[in-house]
Amino acid sequence: MMTTLSPSSRAATRGWSDITIRNLFVIPTVAFLIIFNVFPLLYSLGFSFTDFRASSKAPVNFVGLKNYTDILADPVIWRSFSTTLWYVIVSVTGQFVVGFGLALLLNRPIPGKGFLTTLLLLPMMLSPVVVGLFWKLIYDPSWGILNYALGLGKTAWLTDANLALYAVAITDIWMWSPFVMLLSLAGLSAVPKHLYEAASIDRASKLYTFFRITLPLVAPILLIAVIFRTMEAFKTFDIAFVMTGQPQAELISSRLYKMAFAQWQTGPASALAYIVLIMVLCITNIYVKYLNKAKER
Amino acid sequence: MTEIQLRNIDKHFGPVHVIREINLTVKDQEFVVLLGPSGCGKTTTLRAIAGLEDIDSGDILIDGKPVQNLHASERDVAFVFQNYALYPHLTVYENMAFPLRAVRQNREEIDKTVQSVATSLGITGLLNRRPSALSGGDMQRVAIGRSLVRRPKAILLDEPIGSLDAKLRESMRVELKRLHIENGSTSIYVTHDQVEAMSLADRIVVMHEGLLQQVGTPDDVYRYPANIFVAQFVGSPIMNMAAADISEGSSGVSVSLGGVSFAFPAALSGKLKEAGAQKGKVMLGVRPEGVLLSHEPKDGYVEVTSGIIEPLGSHDIVDLKVGDIVLRARTKSGFVAGPGLKVWARIDPAQAHFFDTTSGSSLEIRL
Repeated sequence: MMTTLSPSSRAATRGWSDITIRNLFVIPTVAFLIIFNVFPLLYSLGFSFTDFRASSKAPVNFVGLKNYTDILADPVIWRSFSTTLWYVIVSVTGQFVVGFGLALLLNRPIPGKGFLTTLLLLPMMLSPVVVGLFWKLIYDPSWGILNYALGLGKTAWLTDANLALYAVAITDIWMWSPFVMLLSLAGLSAVPKHLYEAASIDRASKLYTFFRITLPLVAPILLIAVIFRTMEAFKTFDIAFVMTGQPQAELISSRLYKMAFAQWQTGPASALAYIVLIMVLCITNIYVKYLNKAKER
Repeated sequence: MTEIQLRNIDKHFGPVHVIREINLTVKDQEFVVLLGPSGCGKTTTLRAIAGLEDIDSGDILIDGKPVQNLHASERDVAFVFQNYALYPHLTVYENMAFPLRAVRQNREEIDKTVQSVATSLGITGLLNRRPSALSGGDMQRVAIGRSLVRRPKAILLDEPIGSLDAKLRESMRVELKRLHIENGSTSIYVTHDQVEAMSLADRIVVMHEGLLQQVGTPDDVYRYPANIFVAQFVGSPIMNMAAADISEGSSGVSVSLGGVSFAFPAALSGKLKEAGAQKGKVMLGVRPEGVLLSHEPKDGYVEVTSGIIEPLGSHDIVDLKVGDIVLRARTKSGFVAGPGLKVWARIDPAQAHFFDTTSGSSLEIRL
């Protein structure tokens, strides 16, 4: 053929319909999802009703809801839940305040804005394990820079049961505030400039404009940022694991890890995983409801 | 009582000189229209008055007080944006209440004002809707309502009906006029549509390339344009304009356009001399209604050929081949049956305008 053809017409000459092309893209994705997501999900649901241990060849017995009732009756797990919840609140609030604050600062004409934004985004692009490791160094009681800089003597940030949660949360805030900042910036720059002009004509003060115009208009995208960060914070594992190892005040994900891989209680661990899943779904559902309400405008 | 005064306003956008030494006084309760093509600086001027744009030099006075250094919120003027700029997350009611809430007026008073303004604009049924559920005309009514609730010193309108369709524009024009008569607030209105300008304005300010071209009543601007730009910008279809070769004969003065001579009163030559017109540097402008037609030869009429005819219902616009130029004439509908016909034409001396070719200014000759 002498003429060059566009890809679609080349496909057409091979007798591919739009549906064939669509299937070509969709089928591998669906297969991947089924093999690696849907199947394990259902398989582990099955496990959660048994006393299966992945480490032993003992026969697997169906135990009904026993795993669930055991977990819900276990005060250690409840403590883990409340620790996790508090961690989520501290971490997400911190990320929200810092991230949105940074976005407000950056959302104005300042020299070197692009460079500054990139610089601020760096923490988010690092590996959580790397972040955990060097914050561990920062927090080190005897020669960490934090104690040195603040003159706190030998404060044991990561081994003190009361402090560890905040230490990990601060690291998480440092790492993920840029994410909230990025989404907030997108939201802030999407507020049309003429609305601010209209507000200033309408004699609104800066503060009034912020609360009545800016905040409601960026609320949906802020909510999306918060949803993402809440879900992530709930399953925080890597940073906490690297920084604290096996602490007394466990996050639920650490507890889950211990049950599944240190104690090889595969069945109960699956049940706990499902409980966590349901909780996260409930919380995100609340957000999504607010989000839809915000988007109706 | 609100008077707005602009004194030597100057403004650059980078290398572009958008407003050049503008001087203008808008009297109390006056409706002034800034008219000009896009990019002439009219919107910038309006935004400068509102405080949405800084000026490089000059004074803006509202009621004699210089305000050029005040923030928009301190100038107490309302502004109606071309794109309405309604708050998308607030209902119509809240949008209109916003300027009152912003200064913490009490609830009952706000409600009373919003309801009464909504009634006068006929939008009481829309108060609970959000802007996204409104038509263009209704959004504009809300935007105007928002500017009216606070009884500002002046209302500035930036092409407020420019994005509506033709039919709606016409009815909104009437509504704006009614509102202005009812409220009597000092208003400055920006538009590029000369019909809007003519129908709304107490005075029209014609702008071009950052300069004031002419300030006057619609009648003044239409009948006595100050220069070629104003002459051709105001009026539709545009004014015929051609280089005029003027010669004195025994029976009067003849003005030759495109090689065809039209008879003019003898007084013209004296007036041209008086105005300091140089020979060969005069342009003659005449509106289509100043070109008179006849079916048969008449005294003072010259023979021309008809060209394209635009029937417009109430009247026709007829192209006439006059030597090597084309003049457009306005006739009764059907007056000329078709193109290529012989007709006789004359230029009404009372409706002829003479301009200096080099400067473009009117020679201010009235015959």
